[in-house]
Amino acid sequence: MTVTVKTFTSSSEAAAALSSDRNARYLGGGTLVMRALNEGDISISTVVRANDHALTRIDPSGPRITLGAGVTFARILGERDLAFLHAPARSIGGPAVRNMGTVGGNLFAPNPYGDFTVALLALDATVALQGGFGSRDIPIEEFLQSRERQAGTLVLSVSCTRPASAEAFRYRKIARIKPKGGSVITLAAHLPISGGRVAGARIALGSMAPTQIRARAAERALEGRSLDAATIAAAGSAAVEGTSPSDNALGSAWYRREIVGVHLRRLLLGQE
Amino acid sequence: MAKTALQFRHNGSDVAIFVDGGTNLLVALRELIGDMTPKFGCGQGGCGTCSVLIDGELHLSCLTLAETVAGRSVETLDSLKQGPNLHALQRAFAENFAAQCGYCTPGMLMAAKALLDRNPSPSRAEIVEAISGNICRCTGYEPIINAILAASGGRVSA
Amino acid sequence: MLELRKDIFADERDDNLNEIGKGTQRQDMLGHVTGTSSYFNDHKLQGMLHLKVVRSTHSHARIRRIDTAEAERSAGVRRIIRGSDVPRNLNTLLSLINFGKDDEPSLAVDKVRYKGEPILAIVADSEREAFETIAKVRIDYEPLPAVFDVEDALKAGAPVVNDTYPKNAFIYHDTYDHQKLRFGDADAALATADHVLEQRYQMSPIEHAPTETNGSIAAPDTNGRYVVYTSTQALFFSVDTCAKILDVPSNTFHFIGGTVGGGFGGKVDTLTEPLCILGAMLTGRPVRYVFGREEEMQYGPPRGAERIYIKDGVMRDGRVVARKIRAYFDSGAYTRLSSYAAVKCAAHLPGPYTIPNVYGDVYCVFTNRTPATAMRGFGVTAMDFAIECQMDKLANLVGMDPMEFRILNAYRDGDMKAHRREAKNTALIECVQVAAEKAKWPIRDEFKRASSRKDGGGNRAAIPRTPTDTHGGSTAPTQQRTTYDRLPAAALREPPREPPPPAPPPPQPPRPASPSHGAGRFSSVFGTRRR
Repeated sequence: MTVTVKTFTSSSEAAAALSSDRNARYLGGGTLVMRALNEGDISISTVVRANDHALTRIDPSGPRITLGAGVTFARILGERDLAFLHAPARSIGGPAVRNMGTVGGNLFAPNPYGDFTVALLALDATVALQGGFGSRDIPIEEFLQSRERQAGTLVLSVSCTRPASAEAFRYRKIARIKPKGGSVITLAAHLPISGGRVAGARIALGSMAPTQIRARAAERALEGRSLDAATIAAAGSAAVEGTSPSDNALGSAWYRREIVGVHLRRLLLGQE
Repeated sequence: MAKTALQFRHNGSDVAIFVDGGTNLLVALRELIGDMTPKFGCGQGGCGTCSVLIDGELHLSCLTLAETVAGRSVETLDSLKQGPNLHALQRAFAENFAAQCGYCTPGMLMAAKALLDRNPSPSRAEIVEAISGNICRCTGYEPIINAILAASGGRVSA
Repeated sequence: MLELRKDIFADERDDNLNEIGKGTQRQDMLGHVTGTSSYFNDHKLQGMLHLKVVRSTHSHARIRRIDTAEAERSAGVRRIIRGSDVPRNLNTLLSLINFGKDDEPSLAVDKVRYKGEPILAIVADSEREAFETIAKVRIDYEPLPAVFDVEDALKAGAPVVNDTYPKNAFIYHDTYDHQKLRFGDADAALATADHVLEQRYQMSPIEHAPTETNGSIAAPDTNGRYVVYTSTQALFFSVDTCAKILDVPSNTFHFIGGTVGGGFGGKVDTLTEPLCILGAMLTGRPVRYVFGREEEMQYGPPRGAERIYIKDGVMRDGRVVARKIRAYFDSGAYTRLSSYAAVKCAAHLPGPYTIPNVYGDVYCVFTNRTPATAMRGFGVTAMDFAIECQMDKLANLVGMDPMEFRILNAYRDGDMKAHRREAKNTALIECVQVAAEKAKWPIRDEFKRASSRKDGGGNRAAIPRTPTDTHGGSTAPTQQRTTYDRLPAAALREPPREPPPPAPPPPQPPRPASPSHGAGRFSSVFGTRRR
């Protein structure tokens, strides 16, 4: 039995095809689905595609930006208005992977991938989904918590509010190989400042749990305080709370727990 | 077995093939068209040895569903040589000892071409970034970087 | 840049080098830059079938039952090959030179000894159909306790990994569970040394990770022959290994190879050819068997892990007077080439130094890990790492500069090496001097004046009195030679030596005239360098 490829012109038809077939997977840039097929994943018997232009639309201006699920990282890097997302986009793969990989696919990328999603989680993005029964918007955190059950839904786009300043959003991917390498851990922090104090801090971590997670204890340590040395130290110490990293070829769970606080501290201090 | 008809431009010539569902572009190029220049290294997007240009943009052929290139232009290493004349990059790779086992070379050359087509005089850092998705295991990165610098008229470090 | 220091040992050669020191283009370069170099997989054959193997999901388990009933009915499957289909389903690579016992099946039958060990080979019309067939195979395992640590594996009561070697150690010279090196009286010298430093070193397995994965294509040819395109680094070695396993004369095969997409030692094990050819034999069609990336990384053989204990005695003036080493080479579940790696370990443990008392025991140990194989200086790399770390620590211990410390202890022409070979053409001192100069590392004049051609020999050429021991002698039955002998068995079979040889076995391969222990010449594929 070979694989059946179904190509649709509208995302709603694609979503309907996806939700009606347990063995169907949506093909975005190919970096996940084609890899699975190459490696003999026989659970995929149908590949669903959509040529809907809405999926590759970028709305980069204004306070709230929207990225179609099919937008590639290379395109984000070509948008001057999306400068705050250039660091996470550039941290993914080599040029070929950035020409192929998409924002929507990254939401499903397992460890040690999914770096862009770490950034989106810190930015409190909203994920627009199309299921068999219509479309809905859900917060990215909720999406990630139920990711295993989202296989039958189609991601249409993600949107988030632009950070108030370059300082307010920070991103760091720790890899063993430069410039390209899988993530040992990935960190992103959104730090809105109001009256000299952090208000609404969101810190997201990659490779510290089965999916990207928030470092809530570290967020609490920052909330309502100024970013001084003591506050940063407290947030660094709290970074490991609530995490459940695993061993993989890039690093052990122990190592990840050891370094997460160090790198959060450096991120908050603005150190290289 | 249902097959899908597929037409695209391959190194400047129109080709038409029938592919099985799920066939990747690497298999289509190698086994259906007979262009053996792109190589299989991992099937995961990790090594870059299957790199080709699709409409001038660097892509990994092993992660590209063959039918998605319908009507588009695919270039492989086989397109670089013009008759008996080597491309400047090929000459520079040869002269700078930028190949040892030769297996990563087709992907390296395509990544380098993708760079020079857009940026004819790249910096060393830009070259390193441009080939960062291509793995060389005989560990010849320095000669490869030097070869790309040489092909772009840049200064080659010792 | 390459710099030839022709001033050093200038009187030892005519300065008439025509090629050395000059750039020469590789003969395969044009093929490489045009993508026309032909690797094994660059062949498209009519009606080619695809082979994939079913691999063990356990590190150590008895196989109770293999149920292929549903798999046989799977679409596109042409043949499911079991161990019983392999003509001679037990082999050891170095049996071709009569070294070691057959211990590894092509397809596991009764037991699996490492995670990923092949159990069945599926030949199907497409890779996808082969994967679908694999999913329908049912294997009933009885998991067994596994051992992953070399020292644990040698403890009494450890699980027996490889029944061919029930003590979990390769047997050398029909007798010993380790390779010995004895020179002088290390224990006595340690007792009188000013300082003794004992350290433990270890190195993890290392994967070669070639960009081209292991693989082969086999196709029926006329006259009952088979054309085989292969990624092998050792073409004739692979031909003979296939001839043995498939029990046919080696001229059955026309092997085509030589262009290899990175090997580094990871493509000498003849991993894919026997099953690939067998698939072609059983189906009459061309068959391709190529590793996926995960197979290459997880189940392709790595450089074997090593653990090394070093106990050195050093005098206050910096002379190393004794070295006692116990080392464990992790062979994984089968021998492959690790028996030889351990011999190289023993050969290398004195390093390029003249140490009057050296004692070494090197064990080639079986564990439930992926079998190890060759990799660029295997058996030497970890030992070198360990002894050079140790030299730095010893220099620090006696308060000497590490460069000067090495010059002081370096072997010189005419010295007797611990393996009872005279040191000739030594050059460590000059290498250290040049390294110091390049690194702008100051060394004192007396060390700048030192020479490999001065101060050697004399009483440094003597073989000291050496106590003998028989520890580690095996009570196991005399080693059964491999049954694969191309000469009449009687011609090669020797009676076991009585008593065990008191002298340390030569660490370098013995001359062809003395084929004792079957450890004949090692061909260049194993990297033996002959001076």
